[in-house]
Amino acid sequence: MTKIKTQTISPQNENILIRLKRVESQFGYIPEESITEVAQSLDLPVSEIYGVATFYSFLATKPLGRNVIWVCQNLPCHLKHAEITIDNLERTLGIKPGETTSDNKFSLELTNCIGACDYAPAMLINRDLHGNLTPNKISQILKLYK
Amino acid sequence: MDKIKITIDNKPITGRAGMTVLEAAKMAGIYIPTLCYHPALTPFGACRLCITEIEGMRGFPTSCTTPVNDGMVIKTNTPQLQELRRGILELTITDHPYSCITCPTNGRCELQKVAANIGMKEITLPYIYKKRPTYRNDPFFDRDYNMCILCGRCVRICHEVRGATAITFTQRGIKTVIGTAFGRPLQESGCQFCGACVDACPTGALTERAREWAGLADRDVVTTCPYCGVGCQLSLQLKKNRIIEVLPHEKNEVNRGQVCVKGRFGITEFVYHPQRLTTPLIKRNGKLTEASWDEALNLVTSRLANYHKDEVAIIASAKCTNEENYVTQKFGRAVLGTNNIDHCARLCHSPTVAGLARVFGSGAMTNSIHDIGEAACILIIGTNTSESHPVTALEVLKAVRRGAKLIIINPREIELVRFADLWLRPRLGTDVPLLMGMARTIVDENLMDQAFITERCENFDAFKKSLQNFTLDTVTQITGVPKDKISEAAHIYATNKPASLLFAMGITQHSHGTDNVLAIANLAMLTGNIGSPGSGVNPLRGQNNVQGACDMGSLPNVFPGYQQTTNETVRQKFEAAWDVSLNPTQGLTLTEIFDAAHHKRIKAIHLIGENPILSDPDANHVRKALETLEFLVVQDIFLSETARLADVVLPSASFVERDGTFTNTERRVQRVRKVIEPIGASRPDWWIICQIARGMGGKGFDFENPSQIMDEIAHLTPIYGGINYRRLQKGGLQWPCPTPDHLGTPILHTQLFTRGKGRFTPLQYRPSAELPDKTYPLVLTTGRRLFHFHTGTMTRKVKGLNTLLNEGLVEINPIDADALGIVDGDILKVISRRGEVPAKARVTEWSPAGVVYMDFHFAESSTNILTNTALDLVAKIPELKACAVRIEKSHHR
Repeated sequence: MTKIKTQTISPQNENILIRLKRVESQFGYIPEESITEVAQSLDLPVSEIYGVATFYSFLATKPLGRNVIWVCQNLPCHLKHAEITIDNLERTLGIKPGETTSDNKFSLELTNCIGACDYAPAMLINRDLHGNLTPNKISQILKLYK
Repeated sequence: MDKIKITIDNKPITGRAGMTVLEAAKMAGIYIPTLCYHPALTPFGACRLCITEIEGMRGFPTSCTTPVNDGMVIKTNTPQLQELRRGILELTITDHPYSCITCPTNGRCELQKVAANIGMKEITLPYIYKKRPTYRNDPFFDRDYNMCILCGRCVRICHEVRGATAITFTQRGIKTVIGTAFGRPLQESGCQFCGACVDACPTGALTERAREWAGLADRDVVTTCPYCGVGCQLSLQLKKNRIIEVLPHEKNEVNRGQVCVKGRFGITEFVYHPQRLTTPLIKRNGKLTEASWDEALNLVTSRLANYHKDEVAIIASAKCTNEENYVTQKFGRAVLGTNNIDHCARLCHSPTVAGLARVFGSGAMTNSIHDIGEAACILIIGTNTSESHPVTALEVLKAVRRGAKLIIINPREIELVRFADLWLRPRLGTDVPLLMGMARTIVDENLMDQAFITERCENFDAFKKSLQNFTLDTVTQITGVPKDKISEAAHIYATNKPASLLFAMGITQHSHGTDNVLAIANLAMLTGNIGSPGSGVNPLRGQNNVQGACDMGSLPNVFPGYQQTTNETVRQKFEAAWDVSLNPTQGLTLTEIFDAAHHKRIKAIHLIGENPILSDPDANHVRKALETLEFLVVQDIFLSETARLADVVLPSASFVERDGTFTNTERRVQRVRKVIEPIGASRPDWWIICQIARGMGGKGFDFENPSQIMDEIAHLTPIYGGINYRRLQKGGLQWPCPTPDHLGTPILHTQLFTRGKGRFTPLQYRPSAELPDKTYPLVLTTGRRLFHFHTGTMTRKVKGLNTLLNEGLVEINPIDADALGIVDGDILKVISRRGEVPAKARVTEWSPAGVVYMDFHFAESSTNILTNTALDLVAKIPELKACAVRIEKSHHR
């Protein structure tokens, strides 16, 4: 029996992120069936879990490449010309944001603030922070990943 | 209620504790611009437009989230506030298209209204086109998220009020868009298509497709929905005397701005449907051909006059108004001289009327719909409330949100199970032992309300003695429900007061239906849950006016107001009023009428607005009975399956083409208003009946309008004594309402039971009449679905409803399906001792193993060919809810 309480604020809500992260670490992303399962196990609507999963940049709702690049597009990075970084990555990798290279090596994603304003423009690759980016630097950095 | 004095814009205002500043301002007629606020929803504080200046408070508090405090001094309209609002609104408008002139919501848009109030001189930020998805393929309404301002009202109403949780905010920041889980179509997302989101949307993002380019209405008229017994008030939007949209009415005690898919989107299409009957039809050489009213009426009056009073019967209609039912039974009794008058209530709540009248003194819902929201515990048994009475189910959700305990007793996994604290799944037809088992636990553990039992009830000792047979071991053995669950249900029901008990056809449509009702009454009396707010025994009535049709005496044993035909004094009163002598013998019930027709004892039937070929059990038998008749008159708005058999068909006006009243399930008499002229030559049923009655020499049928009929009803019917159209203009009245100054009765039996003392009834277990065996190993149960109504005469004319559901499905548990090699979508033959019907398989755990479920909306899968006519001895209701069947795979259809 799937039981759903209508309260939108309940202790269960706190568990949503923990559950979703666990699913993501297991599969590399969060498959649709897992969203439904999490909803059922927490007695919450499927739509609500889907909303949470799509809200967070760091929760993937589709399969990603071996390495995920997250380029920050918030204000300080924007002022320091993040668009050059994005443009450069697009050309180097031959993909647009939201896409994965055909060899599955890189996925390119845009994100909001990653807390590295003092290194703007900045990006994350997997869990590594790379700041003060220039086109030269980017091509060096990409070589570090297999 | 604590009074709180505040000042808004220099105006002294008295508010109540718990009110927000916005609510206080609204109450005082002060306008504060808002976009995310909605009266039915909890405050959200997202649009920031309702900011105010409050003395002593920092910043600009949003009035929708700030509670009033004594002595507060509030400003709502300073230049600084307006300047701030301008900035906020500019951000909203930056990505909202300015194409107002071609927007379907032009003139009805709240964004326009707010902008006009704030005064947007110019928009300095560059316009961004969001390139959001638009969805135009769902039934009834379009979604264009380029128009969306993300106020969240649609999401919140879907979650908070409707419990459907179909849509949500997806993505984040500038990419945020309202959508379903995984972007699936609404039909796969749990959407009920109630349209609450469309009504809540302030802009043109959500619009009803059928009215998109109809422009603005030039008037609106409030009337009562013609579908189920909830009695939702609708606001018909008219332009040049054509209905362009049907909206839920907000300021009333019944539906308060909510309505279901049938009422919201399922009316205009059937009213204007090309298949409406527009002229009388007479059968000539076996074919129905067009005729004039004079021809048709002359034929009816001359033919009916030929029959002896015991050879004719009237089948009245729970779809017709009170006034029409009144003149119908008056015609039958005073002109035809017969009490052979009955209607479909026989097939729904006759055990309720019989059972509750016997033990309480009144057979109606004891409390009001709105009252359910106040309950601390709700026990729902034998009703699939969210499909059959969708707006009543909203009150259940409201109570659950407030923390009420919800117990569901149903063999099927109905929608409300999702919200339940406890779900008991008894074997079909074992309600009496289950309820007696609960009663026994309550008595054994001394959880009963001893004071209530002693002071207000009688016959407790005999009842207590009958509980001896229902040990939990026995009950578990019969019902299949584990002991601890029975005991838990008893505990929850007895210890959370007030507890409301809802039931419907799952209780009544059994050969022991009256016993089921009595078991419910016992349980409520045992715990003192009668006569107070939030408690009660609440039968949910099926048809829009089935309560009224019973009240008006469209029954074989009573005059209007449940005054017995066999009672000498009563009969004399009606003889004096109607100036005739009346037949003292009790008439035949609906099921008996068809039997008598079969045996040629009844030779002529006058049938109004019913479709027994689909709705009554053993439909083949009903069809044969009707074919055996010498003369059949049918009044209807469409040529129904039954009307096709008639000798004369008289075209009725639909509910928007006549005045009258409907009485809803909570005994509330509400107005039905004529808004358009009858289509073609159709006429209101009251007019038709009066013409026939006068044609046969009947006296007292010279009514000019239904208001005059209501005055006669009030004069002769004590429970309607204080009801007239002048009073109903202000809103509905709940009977008993004996005098013109009486305010109506929201709760029955508050001091005394109508009969004096509430009577406990000792009960025994009697199994269903037809149990599964080797040849027919499954049990068939039947019901209704959200997207259609009854035999589909109206709803199947609505395209969008047909898109949502257009065929009879037989729900079967995966265990049974596997055993029979059935997969989802297979065409099956469902066979009972009485016949067989084709239907498509839906393999689902909603049905327990051993039980299959079908609805009866579809003539192509006419479920009632299968059902059993075994009768309840008291109420004469047939056992529609349980019969034995077997299922075979069909290789062709």
